[in-house]
Amino acid sequence: MTSTTTTPGSATTAVALSDVTKVYGRGANAVLALDGVSLDVAPGEFVCLVGASGCGKSTLLNLVAGLDRPSGGQIALAGDANPGLMFQEPALFPWLTVDGNVDVPLKLRGLPRAERRARVAELLRTVHLADFGRKRPHELSGGMRQRVALARTLALDTPVLLMDEPFGALDAMTRDILHDELERIWSERGLSVLFVTHNVREAARLADRIILLSSRPGRIIYSTTVDIPRPRRIDSPEVAAIAAEVTERLRTEVGRHGQ
Amino acid sequence: MASDTLTGAARTDAQISGLDALEIAGREKEISRGTRIWAATWPKLAALAIVIAAWQLVVWSGWKPPYSLPGPLVVGRELLTQAQGPQLWEGLLTTLRRAAVGYVFSVAVGLLLGLAVARSTVLRAAIGSMITALQTMPSIAWFPLAILLFELSEKAIFFVVVLGAAPSIANGVISGVDYVPPLLLRAGRNLGARGLNLYRYVIAPAALPAIVAGLKQGWAFSWRSLMAGELIVVGISQTSLGAQLTYSRELSDAPWLLSTMIVILVLGLVVDAAFGAADKAIRRRWGVLDQAGQ
Repeated sequence: MTSTTTTPGSATTAVALSDVTKVYGRGANAVLALDGVSLDVAPGEFVCLVGASGCGKSTLLNLVAGLDRPSGGQIALAGDANPGLMFQEPALFPWLTVDGNVDVPLKLRGLPRAERRARVAELLRTVHLADFGRKRPHELSGGMRQRVALARTLALDTPVLLMDEPFGALDAMTRDILHDELERIWSERGLSVLFVTHNVREAARLADRIILLSSRPGRIIYSTTVDIPRPRRIDSPEVAAIAAEVTERLRTEVGRHGQ
Repeated sequence: MASDTLTGAARTDAQISGLDALEIAGREKEISRGTRIWAATWPKLAALAIVIAAWQLVVWSGWKPPYSLPGPLVVGRELLTQAQGPQLWEGLLTTLRRAAVGYVFSVAVGLLLGLAVARSTVLRAAIGSMITALQTMPSIAWFPLAILLFELSEKAIFFVVVLGAAPSIANGVISGVDYVPPLLLRAGRNLGARGLNLYRYVIAPAALPAIVAGLKQGWAFSWRSLMAGELIVVGISQTSLGAQLTYSRELSDAPWLLSTMIVILVLGLVVDAAFGAADKAIRRRWGVLDQAGQ
């Protein structure tokens, strides 16, 4: 197995994966989750990873987030950034208020109190929750909680955002609005986003580039650039056309497993 | 195009606040403090009245002679008399001091033990099940050994109180740490909480409800062990509630015995209520109170 190192990436890539492999278990029970995945995310680029179940999408994000180690290959982040990670569930701390949740990463970075307070207020304004700082997570709706989670992740001041089906549990209306919000924040802050979803339309709505992963083992089998001008609408014919194309590829891939 | 974008953004803002307002509408219901307290109190008062009435009925039925089972009125008068003399208060003070010292020590032992077992797989394999086994041991069964080791002294009581309470507290810590949702751990680590900070910012607060449950159960065990100990280990210079129970039985002073029992019961209830309030405050903060329909 090749050695694993994390090296600072070059200026032209925010995230660089080269030949990343992940094996779970050992011997006869070993499962190859990711097989030689190479992928560059440019600074300010929005990349959507699409795939059927078992394609190792979440594994890939965990590896980039540093929560797990690859079995082989290299992962490099520009300037050794600590990427922010968002999940399908908001994963807010129920014992803290909204303010308190957003404050956690600031506290952990050792910022002084006055600065933290200003930052928390600014981040909550960014996600349109300025008036909800003193609420507790359980008092908010699912979409609002996910926006708090976004504010908390942005508090890391990281240029790289990793999102693991963050809107998967939301209703369509809320999801539409959050797409607009995420797009706005992404372009305002020049973030690089690696966004995992199984919703092809969502990928076509958001992405600069869509990457399709095969299942068991996860390999990149298709990649397409989305050139539709922004702001986009999820129900526009252009988005639908891209989605149809990717869905067709996805169907072929899923069908391969049925044989 | 530019103006299009602008109106688009304004529309989004309006939609967001509209959705937010709709989604959290009707979630807050305010009940006045007085109403809440009364709603919680009257069933307790009613139950108390029923118990006292039943007691009086049994006394009137002549099932036992009044010198072994006096009525509530006699006992109430005895309680008032006791409250005016120094004996009850001295006993109360001794018992409370022992309870406090024993409990604080149990908490220290339990927290450290629980944390150690929760962190180390080796320790868990070695003594994890032993802690649960200790918990099932009736505390009174420790007394013969305690008396052999420490004679009829306060140390013997202390020994049994700690053995009774510490395992419950340790178990509370262990289950609290075990059941921290893995997602919160991942989130915490991603936000930069590693090592000790992960304990401080994620594990400790997430485990708090289970720890409080363990502390509450530990208190119940230590209070029972203490009472058992004071009944058995009588005759050390100081008086105590347990000793007074023993004396009153030896003197066949039923009103004194019953009034002492009432004091013990009330003390237990007060401390339990304090734990209950802490537990409820935590559950309210966590938002699990609403789901329980409380």
